[in-house]
Amino acid sequence: MSEGGPPDPLARLGERLDKARASRGGDPAASPGNAGVQQGVGIGLRIGIEFVVAIVVATGLGWAIDSWVGTRPWGTIILFFLGVGAGMLSVYRAVAGIKTPVGYRRLDESGAGAKPAKDKWDEDEE
Amino acid sequence: MAIELQPLEQFSIERIVPLHIGKLDISYTNSALMMTIAVVLITALVFLSTRRAALVPGRWQSVTEMLYEFVADMLDTNAGHGAEPFFPFVFTLFVFILFCNLLGLVPYSFTVTSHIIVTFALAALVFIGVTIIGIVKHGFHFLRLFVPEGVPVVLLLLLVPIELLSYFIRPFTLSIRLFANMLAGHTMLAIFGGFAASVWLAAIIPLGINIALVGLELLVAVLQAYVFAILTCLYLRDALHLH
Repeated sequence: MSEGGPPDPLARLGERLDKARASRGGDPAASPGNAGVQQGVGIGLRIGIEFVVAIVVATGLGWAIDSWVGTRPWGTIILFFLGVGAGMLSVYRAVAGIKTPVGYRRLDESGAGAKPAKDKWDEDEE
Repeated sequence: MAIELQPLEQFSIERIVPLHIGKLDISYTNSALMMTIAVVLITALVFLSTRRAALVPGRWQSVTEMLYEFVADMLDTNAGHGAEPFFPFVFTLFVFILFCNLLGLVPYSFTVTSHIIVTFALAALVFIGVTIIGIVKHGFHFLRLFVPEGVPVVLLLLLVPIELLSYFIRPFTLSIRLFANMLAGHTMLAIFGGFAASVWLAAIIPLGINIALVGLELLVAVLQAYVFAILTCLYLRDALHLH
């Protein structure tokens, strides 16, 4: 192909690239695990703070509602536990996979039937 | 031992050009200066490297293309189809945070993202924007996001508040994550730097730690920008592909 002038510069470039890659011992971009590790570190850094912030913000919100409405301990207490729940939920979602949307609603593209969401709740209720 | 350890001094905001309108203080600060530098650098990188775009990219064009493809790929895999119109927003957000984080690592510079007000403004922008997109696209139906499917009514009383809470906590987690990481990292760098300056001959130990820390901070700077952008994509997907 490389004989007889430049018939197709792109094809010749591709040939040269292939040769260079082969001489370096494989395609570095295709090394396994690299993307997985990257994503893992990303998720790890994400969830670290999720739980704490959920509780702090929820409790603060409860405190504010109490000051506003005048139901001193109750808003703080209830919102604290809701915050714990929300924090656990966020961490669970981050760990279970980023495929899970808020509210366990199926996404448009995720195919037919409510099976996945149903199954999840069945497990939880056991 | 006259060296004072003030690891938090690096975060102080200084007015470079004092500017007041009425009671409003809109002075041009060192923070604003760093943001300007970041924006100028990004613009220069993108424009200059693609000015003479070649089929076979040079070094600089490669950098820009890699950035572009990285964000495009991230948006495609995380936000799904239909998210393409939001590419410029996500790209800008990612590159801006990345540059602010990285520029903050330059000695004597200022880390914009170590201030909660900056990160919260960005996170609030994302949160409000995504919520508006969801409401515009789905209308009243958007509220069904908070109602899990196939759940008994009794449990809904508990679950809907939790869902609501975990939705409204998003801007806080998004902003505090970035802010806390940058603040902690840079404080640590300054503390070990202070040690190195004050212990004279034994300085080699904190200095060594600092070298390792700079490497770690580089990782954190890139990763936090990545996390911020990827979460923006995920939130976008929730708003776009609601059933």
